[in-house]
Amino acid sequence: MSKKLLIIGSGTAGLMVANLVARQLRGPVAHRDIEVTVLGERDEYVYQPGFLYVAFDLWEPDSLRRKVADLLSPGVRFVHDRAERIDAAAQSVTTRTGQTLQYDYLVIATGSQLNLTEIPGLEEGAHWFYTLEGALRLREALKSFEGGRLVLSVGIPHKCPVAPVEFTMMFDDWARARGIREKTEITYTYPVARPHTIASVADFADREFTARGIEIETFFNMDSIDAQGKVLHSQEGTDVPYDLLVAIPPHMGDTLGAASGLAEKGNWYPTDRNLLRVGAYKNIFAVGDTTNIPVSKAGSVAHFESEVLADNLVGLLTDGREPGHAYTGRAFCFIETGLEQATYISFDFAHPPTVPTPSRSIHLFKQTYNRIHWANLKAVM
Amino acid sequence: MVEEASRTIDARGSFCPGPLMEMIRAIKAAEIGDVVAVLSNDSGSRTDIPKWAQKAGQELVAVQSGEEGDSILVRKVK
Repeated sequence: MSKKLLIIGSGTAGLMVANLVARQLRGPVAHRDIEVTVLGERDEYVYQPGFLYVAFDLWEPDSLRRKVADLLSPGVRFVHDRAERIDAAAQSVTTRTGQTLQYDYLVIATGSQLNLTEIPGLEEGAHWFYTLEGALRLREALKSFEGGRLVLSVGIPHKCPVAPVEFTMMFDDWARARGIREKTEITYTYPVARPHTIASVADFADREFTARGIEIETFFNMDSIDAQGKVLHSQEGTDVPYDLLVAIPPHMGDTLGAASGLAEKGNWYPTDRNLLRVGAYKNIFAVGDTTNIPVSKAGSVAHFESEVLADNLVGLLTDGREPGHAYTGRAFCFIETGLEQATYISFDFAHPPTVPTPSRSIHLFKQTYNRIHWANLKAVM
Repeated sequence: MVEEASRTIDARGSFCPGPLMEMIRAIKAAEIGDVVAVLSNDSGSRTDIPKWAQKAGQELVAVQSGEEGDSILVRKVK
């Protein structure tokens, strides 16, 4: 009897786990002793870090997209369908088209998505760059922006926690390059007492924003948006008028978790922060944005978690070895600090990050990573 | 009287999003009357979380110190 590994989700975490396992178990996968299946609602993968560049008209959308089937290792089966319900007792997943897929081990990698209805007025009054469609709409708005008040407001929870800082500094650079910075006010709002949740990034942003004349509003949690009057209201009672509002909408997990009785509120899966097991289940794992682990929802986290999980799955699939590899909270994030400079942060559960001095070489390294990401996804790096 | 938390979040070692963000996120998702406990080993949480609770109009229930870190309890009141 073959062993069945089923992975729900065709984003970064899902593809990496599938490819890492399939590459380590080439023989058994080729002989169908081990079946690796990816069940994904989308048959196209989109490189989300590229949305920032699309918004500033630096990249074309086509460079961000690839067919999922072209990104999978040989032997991995792709089922293009939506998972509707996980039956943990029966070890099966039913799909929108009525298929039932059995599994011995299940990996949930369904990511996170924008919750555009949580904040009244957000859809009508705000722009965002966290979807490709949103980035394209923002690109058009920026093309016709000739000065005024740009407000960047951060909702929680959200993925890629440094992206709001990146957008703000890139916008500042972009406005200077266009010669409209003097007639542009930039305001950045953030939910806690400082401009970023990480102390070192907050200190860095504080210094940079102050030097660039960017206003910071702290303790600001978006409550509602008056799209007609162009005013943003906070839960804390502050009102901020805007001409162009770029919001980081709150995120939520896929509804599959709630439909299956496995996820907590917000549709995040209760996940062991080291072994990535879901709840008390020995054969169900969650990876990437969809977990409730107190770590950034970011591609690099999905990547490092996937490496740990794949090693554990290889042991389970081959000889039932108990998982011995632990995720340690590792994360690495580039931070674009303008159109030509960047820095980065690297940290784990035991080591907080520091922020190196931004440089052009780090920016070029980031640009290089943007192009080699595809090899990383395929697990050939 | 020791308050029972409706939900406890182990945010020890969380630098991003961090214990305060975990608290804000959990309070947002909680029902009115629920008590959320965040376990943190970041010394800043002892002041950050109470400051946020005051600003946001939520009730700080307790700040308890233990060997494994601080436990900060907030009740959702609105």
